[in-house]
Amino acid sequence: MAKVYVTENNDRIHGIMAEFAGPADLYHACEKVRDAGYSKWDSFTPFPIHGMEEAMGIKRTILPVIVAVVGFTGVGLGYLLQWWVSNSGYQFVTQGKPYGGLVNGGWQVFVPITFEIGILFSAFASIIGMLALNGLPRWNHPLFKKERFLASSDDKFFISIEAGDAKFDPDATRALLEKAGATSIELVEE
Amino acid sequence: MTSIHPDQVTAERLAGLSRGATPPPVLDPRTGDGTLIDTPGVRAPLVLNNRGFGEITDIVCGYVENKPPRWWLPAFLAAFGLAQLGGILILYLVITGIGTWGLTNQVDWAWDITNFVFWIGIGHAGTLISAILCLLKQKWRTAVNRAAEAMTIFAVICAATFPGIHIGRQWMAWFLPPIPNANAIWPNFKSPLLWDVFAVSTYGTVSALFWFMGMVPDFATLRDRADRRLRRSAEGPILLPFVPIRTDKIRAFVYGFLALGWRMSSRHWHRYEAAYLILAGISTPLVLSVHSIVSFDFATSILPGWHTTIFPPYFVAGAIFGGFAMVLLLLIPFRELYANMKDLITLRHIENMAKILLTTGMMVGFAYSMEFFIAWYGGNKFELYAFQNRAFGPYWWAYWTMISCNVISPQLFWSKKLRTNVVVVWIVALFVTIGMWFERFVIIVTSLHRAFLPGEYHMFHPTLVDIGIFAGSFGVFLTLYLLFMRFLPAFPIAEIKAVLPQASPHSHGDHGHDHSGHDHKH
Repeated sequence: MAKVYVTENNDRIHGIMAEFAGPADLYHACEKVRDAGYSKWDSFTPFPIHGMEEAMGIKRTILPVIVAVVGFTGVGLGYLLQWWVSNSGYQFVTQGKPYGGLVNGGWQVFVPITFEIGILFSAFASIIGMLALNGLPRWNHPLFKKERFLASSDDKFFISIEAGDAKFDPDATRALLEKAGATSIELVEE
Repeated sequence: MTSIHPDQVTAERLAGLSRGATPPPVLDPRTGDGTLIDTPGVRAPLVLNNRGFGEITDIVCGYVENKPPRWWLPAFLAAFGLAQLGGILILYLVITGIGTWGLTNQVDWAWDITNFVFWIGIGHAGTLISAILCLLKQKWRTAVNRAAEAMTIFAVICAATFPGIHIGRQWMAWFLPPIPNANAIWPNFKSPLLWDVFAVSTYGTVSALFWFMGMVPDFATLRDRADRRLRRSAEGPILLPFVPIRTDKIRAFVYGFLALGWRMSSRHWHRYEAAYLILAGISTPLVLSVHSIVSFDFATSILPGWHTTIFPPYFVAGAIFGGFAMVLLLLIPFRELYANMKDLITLRHIENMAKILLTTGMMVGFAYSMEFFIAWYGGNKFELYAFQNRAFGPYWWAYWTMISCNVISPQLFWSKKLRTNVVVVWIVALFVTIGMWFERFVIIVTSLHRAFLPGEYHMFHPTLVDIGIFAGSFGVFLTLYLLFMRFLPAFPIAEIKAVLPQASPHSHGDHGHDHSGHDHKH
């Protein structure tokens, strides 16, 4: 269990936030934080920086697997919907064609809609899955209290190490960020 | 709304004032604005004037935060008025019946389905830019991506209106989706018209999701800018005189809500990029399927002129052709009218899109000639008649308008001089837009007006209601587009920053910090 750190006003500490001068500085600082063995930390950049996953040691996301599972579920449901409607829900002979299905033939007519529903499910899965894995929507975050942090969506680059990290130590963490080339360091209250 | 921008430096920069001291760079005249470089190994800059990250933010957010240009309100009112005209005529149509269109004879699908295919095709360029060019790692797409995606969605809205109102009893439109109803009637899944319902609704939904996801980080940028201004000063521009709500407060709330709490985290960016790639991957077959399925509406029938296997690829190529024409038609004037937009949309963008017009125009031209060849080579005399009638029958003028607009006019783009001249490109784009509307008109009307029974031989004459609703659809499209330019981030801010040269963490030239002693793995 990590220690709980508080400020002199008894506010709980969320962590330490440090600003870096640019993408390259941030990139190398991230490598140092990664190598120091922290786990509850993050960097904040106005745009996705190429290769950041490696510099931060981020594991590959499971999102593609989620999308594949949901997408193929959509494919299955899409086919079932059409098969059930045509064979059971509302049997209706058009142009002397079979009702449609794998057994009695005529499954081909179901392909376009099966495909479309598979795509629809995959699209929802990729966006909702991405947001859910990111813990969004979450409109409130301790970092937003820092005015300086708001520039991360403009042209500034930050690293934040959370107090909940097992390796977090106010002095050592601060020293690490300073050594990594931070241009400013701030304490972030919860 | 006295202050144009609360930050004087930004305001000056947006007006191009703070850069006045630097003399303009001397450019090789053959490179246009400096982006038309043909030398192998030299990469043309994607953004001009060495804009930094902050400047990109200022320029794009400026379009939303500053007072709109003087032409904006009149243009908006004109477009909105046109949309109202369309709305009133649709109401008249619903009350009176589709006989108010020129559908008094057997030529049943005339303008309504022409308009539907016309609009849905226009949407395809947006998806091509956002999905296919993303998979092909075409970095230039970032500048036109957002605007083209917006065009897609608005075009799908316009398109979806037409099948919705052409069904005769519009209040029965809810029979289209497969939902249980009181008569236990379900839709016919063997009909390409139902495939169309699913294809278009999936396309609209996925495009809107993709568009929204792309805007989330940019909403965060707009939110943070408003939030910073709110924290920095207690005073600021207010919504309306006598309404003491600060505009920034509304921005912080609305953009903040839409940003879903996005905080630019690298861990989030990682999943975001994965989701983006997946969406690009699934949108690519989706966009190809949509116009293929639209073409099935025709190709699966037995009518000469419609019943051809070339339709799916031919329709898809035509859709991309028409869509790029519309992108150029919109962006060339906006590029002139908005400050600093030429730094983001360079001559090279225009040239690239002109090349796509030339390529897809040739594909369409190939399809036109192949249709004719197969009509002759296939030995089916009904088919051959349908095509002879297209070119030399009573609708010859529509056919040759189509050929000259779609096949001949893009040939100008073989000349580099012409395809980098924005006026020429705009005029050709206009011709292509007209030509692509006529293409659908030719396919639909010339085939229907000489169907199998001589009793079905009629000419189609549009009524004022036909014309008004079509004009109204342009009003809807432009209204939505002007609102988009005014209130939403018109360029993908984060994506543009990511393709700037200084965005690479491995370029050590542009910062003065010493990293000796670091473990450089790269």
